[in-house]
Amino acid sequence: MEHERNIDIELRLLIEAIYLKYSYDFRDYSGASIKRRVNHALRQFDCKTISVLQDRVLHDAAAFMQLLQFLTIPVSEMFRDPSHFLAIRREVVPVLKTYPSIKVWIAGCSTGEEVYSTAILLREEGLLERTIIYATDINPTSLEKAKQGIFSLENVRAYTENYQKAGGQRAFSDYYTAAYDYAIFDKSLRENVTFADHSLATDSVFSETQFISCRNVLIYFNKKLQDRAFGLFHESLCHRGFLVLGSKETLDFSSYSGDFESLVKQERIYRKS
Amino acid sequence: MNRSLTDPQRNLPVVDAIVVGASAGGVEALLKIFSTIGPDFRLPIITVLHLSDERRSQLAQVFQSRLPIPVKEADDKETIAPGTLYFAAPGYHLSVEMDLSLSFSQEERVFHSRPSIDILFASAADAYGERLAGILLTGANHDGAQGLATIKRNGGLTVVQDPAQAQARTMPEAALALHTPDYLLSLPDIGQLLVDLERIAC
Repeated sequence: MEHERNIDIELRLLIEAIYLKYSYDFRDYSGASIKRRVNHALRQFDCKTISVLQDRVLHDAAAFMQLLQFLTIPVSEMFRDPSHFLAIRREVVPVLKTYPSIKVWIAGCSTGEEVYSTAILLREEGLLERTIIYATDINPTSLEKAKQGIFSLENVRAYTENYQKAGGQRAFSDYYTAAYDYAIFDKSLRENVTFADHSLATDSVFSETQFISCRNVLIYFNKKLQDRAFGLFHESLCHRGFLVLGSKETLDFSSYSGDFESLVKQERIYRKS
Repeated sequence: MNRSLTDPQRNLPVVDAIVVGASAGGVEALLKIFSTIGPDFRLPIITVLHLSDERRSQLAQVFQSRLPIPVKEADDKETIAPGTLYFAAPGYHLSVEMDLSLSFSQEERVFHSRPSIDILFASAADAYGERLAGILLTGANHDGAQGLATIKRNGGLTVVQDPAQAQARTMPEAALALHTPDYLLSLPDIGQLLVDLERIAC
């Protein structure tokens, strides 16, 4: 138990050191998951204790960037939860079509799967040309991957089924070129995409938007940080703008629950009241 | 050391929660051990059962129709309530936080599984320390063995289904290879143990 107590102290110190030195703020992340990821990093870094790891990352920025890859979770899919995208087509797109220009924010875009999915959907609905998509994340390595738009062909085969279930109107292969084991996505999909470093924990709103997608990001935050994120979304969204979340995320328990109405409850599609 | 249920010296500890893990053959095993639970049962029970995603989503309903206590799929950030049976949601790991709330994550699969028993058990061991009972049942992979050993290391009570009687023995055997649980029991005896743990705790 003494050992366990030390771990909790060291973990807190590491998170604090990262914040003070690099301004990455994990202080209000859910503790259990952060602890697992730091433990996992310890083994990869071959560090005996979290204190040793802290010493490393404090004095070596490159080591910190490596650690950041463990602290963020790049688990994503294209058209994840197809029924969610189908509901966006049916319930959200008709409203978006009434706007002369559209700004979309994909918050916590990781390696870009959500970005390309949204861009494909908007193109098929004839909206992509008048849309600007802001795709933001705290991890520069993930953002770089997102910009490349190259995904493993094996995964893309699995995404094809998602795409079809999500109401896709063409052959999914129309959107990429296969090369060896990779699928290189059509770069015209990201012509209007701005990839940017942005933290929901420390940064503020940068633009007015009509549609915000933040999926499977908020589960890693505690309630306080979730509230901060909801506050940013509320501020960024135009009157009657849309917010969509991951399939197990909800606004219900946040202090912003009264500021949004649930448009499609099952699919976590909300609209600013 | 393994203790027998009939041992009159048996001294059960006071626990605040019970975590349960099961895989292949798990639905039947869980129905059997939970059949002893009465409407006044006050301990929270948090369960990870490996199932295909489509089937797992029906889980809470199936168990709710058979049990006299509230049964639900866990929600992210939900505070753990007494006398409630929680099931992990399909596609997400389920953890217990230090403030005794539940949280979700989508980290890598563990033994091809998400939710993972190891992740639930280890996080619950962290949060509850010695006031936790962990039960590992039938299954055809190695998930849960590490987590159960962590519960033991943190002072909690550990229970493994007797592999000789399990529909799939790999999982209980993997647990026995890592540590010696407090109890090695048949399903009916695990059901009785739940009742006894509750009587002492509440």
